Amino acid sequence: MGRLNMDEMAGTAALDRWVRSFALLVAENKELLTDLDAAIGDGDHGTNMDRGMRAVVDALDDTTPAAASALFNKVGITLVSTVGGASGPLFGTFFLRAGASLGDTSDISLAQLTSAFRAGLEGIVARGRAEAGDKTMYDALAPAVNALDSAVSEGLDKAEALKLALVAAESGRDATTPMLARKGRASYLGERSIGHQDPGATTVALLVAAATRASL
Amino acid sequence: MKKLINDPQDVVAEALQGIEAAHPDLRVDHQHKIIYRGDAPRNNKVGIISGGGSGHEPLHGGFVGVGMLDAACAGEIFTSPVPDQMLAATKLVDGGAGVLHVVKNYTGDVMNFDMAAELAAATGAQVLSVVTDDDVAVQDSTWTAGRRGVGVTVLLEKIAGAAAEQGRSLEQVADIARRVNANGRSMGLALSSCTIPAAGKPTFDLGDNEMELGVGIHGEPGRQRVPLASAREIAEMLVEPVLADLPFTRGDNVIAFVNGLGGTPLIELYVMYHEVNRILTTHGVNVARSLVGSYITSLEMAGTSVTLLKIEDELVSLWDAPVKTPALRWGA
Repeated sequence: MGRLNMDEMAGTAALDRWVRSFALLVAENKELLTDLDAAIGDGDHGTNMDRGMRAVVDALDDTTPAAASALFNKVGITLVSTVGGASGPLFGTFFLRAGASLGDTSDISLAQLTSAFRAGLEGIVARGRAEAGDKTMYDALAPAVNALDSAVSEGLDKAEALKLALVAAESGRDATTPMLARKGRASYLGERSIGHQDPGATTVALLVAAATRASL
Repeated sequence: MKKLINDPQDVVAEALQGIEAAHPDLRVDHQHKIIYRGDAPRNNKVGIISGGGSGHEPLHGGFVGVGMLDAACAGEIFTSPVPDQMLAATKLVDGGAGVLHVVKNYTGDVMNFDMAAELAAATGAQVLSVVTDDDVAVQDSTWTAGRRGVGVTVLLEKIAGAAAEQGRSLEQVADIARRVNANGRSMGLALSSCTIPAAGKPTFDLGDNEMELGVGIHGEPGRQRVPLASAREIAEMLVEPVLADLPFTRGDNVIAFVNGLGGTPLIELYVMYHEVNRILTTHGVNVARSLVGSYITSLEMAGTSVTLLKIEDELVSLWDAPVKTPALRWGA
């Protein structure tokens, strides 16, 4: 890897801000996430994600890789090795795949960001085999990625695009409430999973909200 | 929350220190949270590892020892361990005959064990996985994550452990393990919820006159909330669906396993066993062996689960083979 110019530094610094902002939102919403999970899962989602994101922040404080792929690789591996449950492999895979898609790119364009989100989504589908309507993180992430796609074709800037992605992620999250869970522990509840918002989709909305705050 | 703990964050790490101090035959890798046999790896013996969230003790760490598991990976409470842990455990117990991973069918456990098996295979290790999914309370359809692995896991670890101890090959041990899972069925019931130390409050609320039918082992609510009933009625609610599912029929030999979920005293489990045995007699099902006690638990949850495993002579002799672990010990 050659030396990075100022643009590359700016791009990676923005990703670093995104990750740290996500960690902050997870910490602030730890109880909410745990309560949502207690209703239809086993009540540890907030605790686990918070433990993982704290470890991520510690790892980045230690050394912040200069290239986008290396940075997200570090985030993904840290999540896989500290979160456990299904959330570790799933959120970890999101960052690993998104990082691979970004490569050593500098000053991330909306198209590149969209491709990274798409790659992350595809990684999650490969690992968890979730489909639309299963009441999972997919139901918030897929609409956000689709919103980014539309923003690319409409020629919007990154800030506008991310705002639309957040609206899509949040309505996707809200739409999980009436769904019958077909994946994960919530699926054991059958009909009784109806009427509860999915914790994984809630965390995805936080991930997108963090992106809007990071001035990517 | 009233618990015998120091800091909620330290429960798993401190319990591992206690296990290491209490059981000189075992070793603990504190970094990876692995309990393993002091004599591991055994040359040319198939290694068997399992693991899962903590809070189910004695499962799995209490089943590490001669004739059962070679290593167990401890996750956070009710949270699957991570791939690094299973990979490290696989290396610790690989004596050249390959390693069997025993995985309970939960989304997180399966994903993390899958990643570990991929990583282990990349280092040249020979790994096979067996997934347990014996809980009849979950409808086995494409619309759920599939049946949960519960009580059969205990019986499988004992029987497969005996087969490995006898020097059978990895394929043979995996076949026996799959046979155990295919012939076992379970169902559970909770009288109370449980409190994850880090959460500090019960996972679900259950009224004084209610029970939760069809619970798993993670404090997750079950399929149905029903009015409190007698042990006799509860035994019927659990045994009948289990019998009908395999199905178990007149003349079958079984291991009958009445398990406590953590907060139920042994005397109540024996009241349950009496009722279970009575129902099985009515159906002409012959109890060849029994197991009564709290072996796969959900922290301090009050309640029980019933597991039936259809067995023939070979499995009976593997069940009777010597075992020397903190939680199961006979003939050794």
